[in-house]
Order: sequence, then C-alpha cells, then structure tokens
Amino acid sequence: MTPELSVRSLPAGAGGAAGSGAEGYRHERRRAARDALLLALPLLLFLLATFITPIGLLLARSVQNSEVPQTLPRLTQAIAHWNGEGVPDEPVFAALGADLSAASQSGALGGVARRLNFYQPEMRSLVMRAARSLPDNAPAAWKPVLIGIDPRWGEHETWRILKRAAQSPTPDYLLTGVDAQVNERGAITAVNAQSAVYLPAFGRTVWISGTVTLICLLLGYGVAWRLATLPPRQSARLMLLVIIPFWTSLLVRITAWYVLLQPGGVINSLLLSVGLVRQPLPLVFNRTGVLIGMTHVLLPYMILAIYSVMKSVPPTYMRAAQSLGAHPVTAFLRIYVPQTLPGVGAGCFLVFLLALGYYITPALLGGAGDEMISQLIAQQTNELLNWGLAGALSLYLVAFTVVFYLIFNRLVGIDRLRFG
Amino acid sequence: MSLRFPYSRLLGLTLAAGALLTGPVHAATLSVVDFGGAYEDAAKHAYFTPFTEKTKNDFTFESYDGGIAKLQAMVQAKNTTWDLIDLETNDAITACDEGLLQKFDAKMIGDTKDFLPGAILKCAIASMVWSTVYAYDSSKMKTAPTTIADFFDVQKFPGKRGLRKSPKVAMEWALLADGVPRAELYKVLGTPAGAARAFKKLDTIKSNIVWWEAGSQAPQLLADGAVAMVMAYNGRIADAVKKDNKPFKIVWDGQVYDYEWWGVPTGAKHTKVAEEFIVFASQPQQLANLSKYIPYAPPRKDAIPLVDKARLNELPTAPDNFKNAVQINAAFWADNGDSLGKQFQTWMAK
Repeated sequence: MTPELSVRSLPAGAGGAAGSGAEGYRHERRRAARDALLLALPLLLFLLATFITPIGLLLARSVQNSEVPQTLPRLTQAIAHWNGEGVPDEPVFAALGADLSAASQSGALGGVARRLNFYQPEMRSLVMRAARSLPDNAPAAWKPVLIGIDPRWGEHETWRILKRAAQSPTPDYLLTGVDAQVNERGAITAVNAQSAVYLPAFGRTVWISGTVTLICLLLGYGVAWRLATLPPRQSARLMLLVIIPFWTSLLVRITAWYVLLQPGGVINSLLLSVGLVRQPLPLVFNRTGVLIGMTHVLLPYMILAIYSVMKSVPPTYMRAAQSLGAHPVTAFLRIYVPQTLPGVGAGCFLVFLLALGYYITPALLGGAGDEMISQLIAQQTNELLNWGLAGALSLYLVAFTVVFYLIFNRLVGIDRLRFG
Repeated sequence: MSLRFPYSRLLGLTLAAGALLTGPVHAATLSVVDFGGAYEDAAKHAYFTPFTEKTKNDFTFESYDGGIAKLQAMVQAKNTTWDLIDLETNDAITACDEGLLQKFDAKMIGDTKDFLPGAILKCAIASMVWSTVYAYDSSKMKTAPTTIADFFDVQKFPGKRGLRKSPKVAMEWALLADGVPRAELYKVLGTPAGAARAFKKLDTIKSNIVWWEAGSQAPQLLADGAVAMVMAYNGRIADAVKKDNKPFKIVWDGQVYDYEWWGVPTGAKHTKVAEEFIVFASQPQQLANLSKYIPYAPPRKDAIPLVDKARLNELPTAPDNFKNAVQINAAFWADNGDSLGKQFQTWMAK
C-alpha cells in the first residue's frame, strides 16, 4: 500500500501552479500512479482470479436460470408464446415431448428435473417418469399421450411452473432467499410459516453476531486497558495469553470447548462434584455453546483493536483531569473512554463482520435452533445442489456486510481504523 | 570451456525411471471415495487387499460425507480424478439421472438373479445393506425397550433421545410409532396431513432430543450417558460393542434399511479396472467376507449361507431382525427432501 500512500501524500495544492511546472508535476504524478499500479498489479490479478471472479460467478448464479432454456430449447420457445391461462395447446406439448426424448438420451434431464423440484416437490419424478414412459416414435398428438402418462400434465400449475422455469434471468432464487414466492396470480407473497427458513436465519445470524460483539466488548475493554497500562514486561507476558489462542487452530479450540462443556465434561463434572447443580447444565449444542465458542474465537480481535488505540492515549490526560478535581470515575468516563472510541468502533466492526460469516463454530457447538446463514448456504451448495439459492443467500450476506460497513463508516469513520 | 554432461546416460536413466514408475501396463492406482471409518477398514480386508493381491492394481482412499456436489463439479470441469465411488441410494439415483455415473452392465457380474429386489441400478450396483436402528445402554435401562413406539414413550422409558439432524428416518419412525402401517408409510408422509402427524408425534419427545450429525457421534452420545436411546447405524453400534465392550443393545423393530452402492464416475481414468473391481466385490464369497468384519448384510441371497453363523443374527436382514423393517424410499426423498427439509428446519427452530 506504500506506493498508493506516496501518491496521495503529494501536495494537493501544487496542481494550481502555472506553466511547465504544472505540466511536469502532472507528468510526475501520472508516472507515480503508473508505478504504483505496476507494483500492485500482481496482487490485483491474484485478487481478480481467486476472489472477485469466483464470487462474481457465484452471485451471478442467483439470477441465472439456464437449466430449462438450455436443455429444453423448443419448449422454452413455444411456452414463451403461451398466454399463461389454463393449459397450453398441442404445439407446446409437442415441443416438450421432443425436448424430453432428446434430453433423456443426452443425460441432461436430471439437471432440469432437479431445477423444477426446487419449485415444487414431486416435479422431479413427474419429469423423470414422463421421460421414461415416452413412446419410441413421436405420436400424432402429444397432449393426450403426456396427460395419459400423468394427469398432472393436464394441470395449469405444472405449466405455470414450467413457464417460470423457462425464464432467465429469474427473480425466483432471490425471492426464495427471503421466504417469498410468486403465486398463481403473479403477485409476490410470503411462503407459509412452516416453510419460512431464511428470514429467521438472517435474523438469528444478526442476533448472534450482535450478542457476540457485545460480550467481546465487555470482556475485551478491561483486558485491553490492563494491557495498555501495565509496565512493558508484564504487558508483554499478558499479551502472550491473548496472542497464543489467536494463533491456535480454530478447530482445536472448538473441540476443546466441546470437551469442556459437554454434559459429562470438565465443567459439569466439577459443578456436580461440588454439589452446585444436580443435573448437568446444558452448555453445548445450544445457543450458550455457540456464544461461548464464538466469543472465545473473536475476543482477540476486539482486544487488539482497542489496545492499539489505548496505547496512543497519553496517561497524562487522566492525571490532568484528576488534578483539576475530577473524580477518577468521571475522568475515566469523560476523558479516557472518548479517546478510545475509534478502537472500540474498529473492534466491534471487525468482530461483528467476522461473526456474520461464521460457520464451523455454530455447526459444532450449536443445536437445532442455532443455524447461521453460512451453514444454510453450505447446505444448499453441498447437499441440495441448489447453487442458485446458495448464490442468492450469499448475495444477501454480502449486501448485509456492505450495509453494516456503511453504517460503521457513518458512525466511526473508516479512516479512523487502526489495527496496531 | 566445455561442459561435458553425459546426456545419453541421463536419457537412459529417465527412461528407466519412467518404466519403474509406470510398471507393467495393466497395473494402475485407483482413487476410491468412500465414507471412511469402520466400513472402509472392513472393505479393505474383504475387497481391496485381495483385489490388489490378485490383479496388482492399487488403491488410494479419500473419505467424504456423501452428497454429489464435488462429483458434479468434477464432471462439469471434465477432470474426474475419482475412479470408484461409494454412494448412498439417493445420491446414486440422482447421480445416475444427471449422467454423473457411467452405465454399468450388470451382466458382467454373471448370474444376478440372487440379488435382492432393487439392488441393481443402470449405473450402480448395491454393495451391502445397512440399517438405521435405535440402541440403548443395557446397563442403564431397567426394562428393555422392544418396539419403535417405545422410543417415543418418555413416560415408560425416561431419558434423552439421540436423533440424526435430518427429517429422514425420524419422520418415518414418528409415523410408525403413531400406528401407520409400513405399507402406507410413504403415502401418508407424502400428504401435508401426514407430515403434520409426524411432527406432532415428534413434538412429544422434542424437549428430550439431542441431535447428532456425523455417524460416529451416535455411539459416543450413548457412551457419554448424554442420551438413554440413540438413533444409529447398526454397524457403528456393533463396532462399539465389539471394540470397546460397550453394553449396547440394538432394537430392530422399525429399522429403516438402505443399500450402499458402487459407481464409476463419468470420465474416470481407470474405468475398466474399476468395473473389474465391482465385479470382484459383488461375488458371494467377497460379500460374505465383508459381513465378517462389519455387520452389514450382503445384497444377494446366495452370499448368506457363506456368512459366519455367529454373525448372521447381527445382520439387518436376519429373519428375526427383518420382521418389521422398512426400506427407505429414496425416490420419495429425492422428490420431497427439499420441502420436508425446510419444514423440519422450522420445526426444530420453534
């Protein structure tokens, strides 16, 4: 980042100078910018190839709907002319019949069947069964043949779904991501409460991240203050206690928490043997476990962010306030705390945004009601193979991050961020 | 300055090294993907090591947790690095439908009339029968539970229940315990009223449920005393009994059994040898050998007489165990897994 800084640090007013001096200055400036770009080029290319492009492709999936248009091209064309009322006529059925036999031979039908099943259960088997039962030679009229294979081919709902599936780009994944759907009359409505998964999960994710941030702040502020005020040698020793867990593998720490917190684990055995509790406390596979685990993992970020700011607060200010008659508590609250706010802001920002994307900790320490949005994205990607919905959920998560970034920037100012 | 370097010798060495590395033309190293753990160990004893001894073809192993996302990505990228894959039924069906597995001609195995019904797909061959059952710790239970209804009876059998965090099997069990006959199970579960009925039955034990995700967690929960009864894969319980001497007992009533499958991914580099292996591993003697190392049952009847007598009654397909068994309906779950999964998720979070 140094080259960029050097560009910025050129005197801004120099551009106003007249004649060849200004020309030379502009030339110099362009050269510096070019050098900076060249220096940063490998990094930019690396980011483009490994970060921006894959994320862009994933996010693009949230509106792509290529399965039906690619695999069933004749149907896609024919159904575009259908007015969407009742059941379409023979030409659309014939296009479907021809496409189905072509697609089942090429082995591409599975993808279409899966795509349609995301709209409605049993669509998969409807399509696969139709493909299996197709007559060997094209019949004179496809409509009675297909309806004969399964009466659902004669229902309006089946064709409405096919028409939606043949449109690309589609808003459907983005709607599903917020528990909404387009109903029969073309209006956007909420899905019924027992299938609403994603909005509650987003709410839960924000709630857990917020709580973890708050706990980290409460625990971290005092530690950071101690670190910043102790004599250097003791401070360095104390710092090790913060840094070593920070360097330890995430999985090791989470497994350690599992061992400590489980019903027959260290903490419960201790509490039982002292007689403090009669039943083992439920500390793991619930919200408590998630909060404990995530707080532990994220606490060093909070401490280090606050500490780096506290280090630069001159201790003389506090003494000055007290010598002018302020109570130590008043001096702390009105002189010290305001000066550490940039660190607090930076710490909260970091912890909150890292927590939003947490995946392993809630998966291992959480219970049934603690699934965060990243877990649902992973489930859609790996288990259900619904990459469109995974893309839509990721898009919302990225949007969230940007919104919180803007809020933070407004409240604290990103230029005041300091990390040591 | 002349640089005398024995190029001809170097060339000779390179050729020799190349010949050593590739070895005889027919021997290859196949990449196998399976679920790891006790099953992989048993399969090594029963199939892989004997096959290597016989044909000199070697294997490397990679374990996964099921799901075909990676397979799909590989086939789409036209760079399949797997040669043989161990699949669950729903994955086998989906992978087959989507062209991710190569067609397998069952005639290669020879006589297949002794295979159990549905154990041969057009691109996968059943490798064994495994089952989801529930187990309890006999040293802690005063009266022994015997039926699937007992699993849902927290009055008569107090204590926590371990369940896999998935609607599969849990919903089947709820309906069975609620009195739905086996033959109508999936017909009922397919209706909104049936699903509601299953959730209502699950509600009765909801506050007592401890969820698990990986198969190895199930016997662990029982061993830790975290649960009184646990849903588990029968092989895992048998393994804990045998290796760790745990006093665990399996209740076979309402067991939900399923096949495990071999498939060859589309674009595999060693298709021929992989097929040879499947043929080898599908012979009665090899299947019987697998049952010796882990209590999973052969998917063909003519292998049963070759299985050790003492082992027979531990298999899911043993007559006493099989009385009230349900075969999981993979096609039903392929159709309804997404929608029931969502309902299950909201039900859990309630």
